[in-house]
Amino acid sequence: MIQARVLIRPKEGILDAQGKAVEGALPALGFSGIEHVRIGRIVELSASDTDQLDELCQKLLANPLIEDYEIETISG
Amino acid sequence: MRWGVLQFPGSCDERDALNACQIAAVALATEPRGAGGGVGEAPSSARNVVGDLTDPASSPRLVWHEETDLSDVDGIVVPGGFSYGDYLRAGAIARFSPAMTAVAEFAAAGGPVLGICNGFQVLCESGLLPGALLTNERTRFICRQGDLIVGDADSPFLSGYEPGQRISIPFKHQSGRFFAPPELLEEIESNNQVAFRYAPGQNPNGSLNDIAGVTNEAGNVIGLMPHPEHAVEAFAGSTDGLALFQGPAIAAAGAGA
Repeated sequence: MIQARVLIRPKEGILDAQGKAVEGALPALGFSGIEHVRIGRIVELSASDTDQLDELCQKLLANPLIEDYEIETISG
Repeated sequence: MRWGVLQFPGSCDERDALNACQIAAVALATEPRGAGGGVGEAPSSARNVVGDLTDPASSPRLVWHEETDLSDVDGIVVPGGFSYGDYLRAGAIARFSPAMTAVAEFAAAGGPVLGICNGFQVLCESGLLPGALLTNERTRFICRQGDLIVGDADSPFLSGYEPGQRISIPFKHQSGRFFAPPELLEEIESNNQVAFRYAPGQNPNGSLNDIAGVTNEAGNVIGLMPHPEHAVEAFAGSTDGLALFQGPAIAAAGAGA
């Protein structure tokens, strides 16, 4: 099986409400100089055939209207 | 006409949706004017379309997510809630349920399909409706009564309303920010696919163009974030949601008259 990691994040230009909320909390925690916080997700999986991963991302793991994704093969 | 209300693991508004279908049908069959502010006289043939509601075969029923046979229903409601826990993205997994495959075929054949809240998200994820729903601009869950303006989309679901009519419907969601890329948004607007907009100053979530609900190009599929099924009985503060559930029957009665 081949180990792969899929990184999914909000498309550029789309307001990321989660990222903004986290960014907004930073000053209260004493952090400064941190901006443009954006939150996505990582999906780790093992696949016998990585050719199908792109379709998997398009159909399920990401919504191409609002999210970009990158597939990274870790070992295999 | 008989409604089927989908039920996924994690749905939570399906009972209210069933109740709304029943109340709307009874009101249409017994009152000359739709109780939900329906416009004008409901054609007398509406009674025939609604059917005999004392007969269980005409009463709305739940459709379990594993069902694939929709041949005994004439309209589908995809209700609100948190289908499959809303894991991954709201509506993303429900889209692949056996019942949704059947709903896609039902919609392609022209059957009326109404998605409410999570149901709207499911229909967007399925590609049956354009656009996507993002986390509310302020990330908070909203739960309050608000006003919508009925759009000029050509849809049987809007037969009981006038374009521009202001209606009062509960808002209750956390991921209701309607989004479409610029070209798609332009297409939705130019095709008159906007079914409802939040009243001026009441956009609760940052939705583009104040869009609260849209239809597909054909008009037989409609989705909205606010909850018409919670606005069908006077004790709840508004009955403005009734007309939405009456729309397809009014349209069918009109076409048959």
